[in-house]
Amino acid sequence: MGVGIEVTTLNAWYGTNHALQDINLNIPANQVTALIGPSGCGKSTFVRCLNRMHETDPIARVTGTVLIGDLDIYKDAKPVEIRRRVGMVFQRPNPFPTMSIYDNVAAGLKLNGYSSRHVLDEIVERSLKNSALWDEVKDDLKKKSGASLSGGQQQRLCIARALAVDPEVLLMDEPASALDPVSTAKIEDLIFQLKAQYTIVIVTHNMQQAARVAEKTGFFLNGRMVEFDSTDKIFTNPSDKRTEDYITGRFG
Amino acid sequence: MTRIRFQQRLEELKEQLLVMAGLAEQAVQRAIEAYRERDLSICDQVSQGETTINRLERDIDQAALDLLATEQPMAGDLRFILSVIKINAELERVGNAAKSISERVRHMERMAVAELPVNIPRMATLASDMVRKSLQSFIAGDAETARSILTMDDAVDAMNKAAFKSLIKVMEEQSHLAPQALNALMISRSLERVADHATNIAEDVIFWVEGADVRHHKSMIRDAEQQGSGGGNAS
Amino acid sequence: MGGYARRAIDGGLSTGIRGQRSVKNAGEGKLKNEHTFRAKIRTLSDGAATGLAVLSTILVVAPLVAIFVYLVYKGASSLSWAFFSQIPKPVGEVGGGMANAILGSAILLAVGSLIGVPVGISGGIFLAEFGRGTKLAHAVRFTADVLNGVPSIVMGIAVYSLIVVPQGHFSAFSGGVALGIMMIPTVCRTTEEMLLMVPNAVREAALALGVPNWRSVLAITVKTASPGIITGCMLAFARVAGETAPLIFTAFGNVGWNSRLNEPISALPLQIYVYALSPYDDWHRLAWAGSLVLIVLIVLAVSLVRYVTSRGVLKGAS
Repeated sequence: MGVGIEVTTLNAWYGTNHALQDINLNIPANQVTALIGPSGCGKSTFVRCLNRMHETDPIARVTGTVLIGDLDIYKDAKPVEIRRRVGMVFQRPNPFPTMSIYDNVAAGLKLNGYSSRHVLDEIVERSLKNSALWDEVKDDLKKKSGASLSGGQQQRLCIARALAVDPEVLLMDEPASALDPVSTAKIEDLIFQLKAQYTIVIVTHNMQQAARVAEKTGFFLNGRMVEFDSTDKIFTNPSDKRTEDYITGRFG
Repeated sequence: MTRIRFQQRLEELKEQLLVMAGLAEQAVQRAIEAYRERDLSICDQVSQGETTINRLERDIDQAALDLLATEQPMAGDLRFILSVIKINAELERVGNAAKSISERVRHMERMAVAELPVNIPRMATLASDMVRKSLQSFIAGDAETARSILTMDDAVDAMNKAAFKSLIKVMEEQSHLAPQALNALMISRSLERVADHATNIAEDVIFWVEGADVRHHKSMIRDAEQQGSGGGNAS
Repeated sequence: MGGYARRAIDGGLSTGIRGQRSVKNAGEGKLKNEHTFRAKIRTLSDGAATGLAVLSTILVVAPLVAIFVYLVYKGASSLSWAFFSQIPKPVGEVGGGMANAILGSAILLAVGSLIGVPVGISGGIFLAEFGRGTKLAHAVRFTADVLNGVPSIVMGIAVYSLIVVPQGHFSAFSGGVALGIMMIPTVCRTTEEMLLMVPNAVREAALALGVPNWRSVLAITVKTASPGIITGCMLAFARVAGETAPLIFTAFGNVGWNSRLNEPISALPLQIYVYALSPYDDWHRLAWAGSLVLIVLIVLAVSLVRYVTSRGVLKGAS
């Protein structure tokens, strides 16, 4: 089951660049929350603060509180533990190139010490079914490499890989931006099914996608969160003029 | 400024709607003039104008549909296009009402002139004022002006009810004047409809400008009040 | 229609439609000629560049082929089973072989690889994954580059002073050490470069799964870069396989069998060197044969490694 995320006074820096300023946000459990905004507005940085990937950059710094469920992820846990509970899918599909499909999905488990063949088989099958890829690859699990699949399939493989470690939250950073419309539609259907079990946060600059999949949408601009509301409201009658200008495409 | 082409298309859509609006207003004016002057040639003009109005209605709907499909409008733009589609329909019905009035005038032309206790010209002025004002509020994007039209509708409704009562009385007491009275009744009804359409246009403008859906406002309040008093009685 | 034709028409001709059409055609014709001329030049320069590239390739490959052919010519006749199974005969006697030298080279290279490969790979991993940007990394890289430039004879002398003198005797071990140290810079730099070529997306994917950094480096990044890393090891191997100078004062050479690490041992390059400088024809012939064998063995070793590692590659992976 998914958990809610509570963000309080989150600030983030890349060296001297104040990338996120005083972000306050409540992400509801078992729903899809979309984050939109122009390039460089901080939405990707924000999402990377939720699974402590932001700090993998040596000049990165974070202050503020992020509660995932009841856990203060910066005070009460180590980054490695957090990343097992908060999964991430990236913009460009990045399956491990030297591994088979099976090994890719099982990677998170194998590298963390699980080795029971029986258990792994079960988890791999379940994850691939949950990411709507099982039927397409079930005969080639160990024969084909992850990198030999098509773009859309690779992305679903990455989703399966993230799901295999059984996270509570799934972060998706523009998951369909490198994919064609058919693959995009499949991913969106998948997201709709997944939210029953996970809390999903999706960064996108495709507003129609945000409108299609998310219950709540947050608009980021220049490191601040300008407006956060139900998706319907944001896209039919936003409260802030900056939001309106962005989603109607009027700049300048 | 980005989305210049989209902006242009929105302006063009607005222009088209205003042309339609002008024609609808003109139809109402002409119908009233035909009534006052008992001039059949003006009735013909109204009938001809009706074809243009119908054609424009189709064109505007098509243009709006194209915009929806190709430009993915959001927020204000989306509400604007939606309100254009609705106002388009209302204006077409205004045209229909004008045509009905001119048909009644044709019928009445064959009858004798009668003094009837109903002030059609005054109703007509009110109704056409409402139409003009609602279109002004659309042009200016002014929700306040639009709101004032909602109250004007009450006056027209009252006049229509009064006309109903007095004309029924005429038909009962002076039955030789019944045909004229009936026609006058139908004209009054058409004018009340015109006022309703103007009110709807005003509501659509408010929806576009504020994102607030104020339709069926009065009936919803009435239902709420009835429920409240009914519940009170039961206990 | 290009500017040419347009200019022709704009040149104030009002000779009616037919007149205009002929002007237009003339303009277009001139345009087409220009176009064909440029195209011809393009094709010519393309051909010239290709020819140059082929010529360069030939120039590079030719010496290699020439050497190999010459070696075969000079050395193949002296190859026999005896060459591979016998040790050198005493001076004056005809025949004998270089069996001990072949074994010696194998042992020396094994010891050298055992030293050079792990140290080099670890250094490369440190430089690429853990120490990026640190002063220590700078120092390590600098040291590796300097080590690379040390002349092989100096390397031999250094190991001589460090190992042979305290031990009091020449040994296979010291020879292996010398070769190993020479392998380190190549292995280290190649490993670093191959690891840097692994896209960051792969590292991030591993980290995002909650895999600790060290594990991600070993199991994923290194594994992804392993074809390149192996190539680096083979490059180093091939280089030191033919080194003679560092062995002179360390392994020293041995006319008899030896497979113990604590005693002087023979090696193919060393033996070839000694035989080539000798005044005996018989030994000269053995030297030619030895050279041929050395080259062939290196090629075989490299091919074997390539074959073994490529068999484990999955369908579709690069």
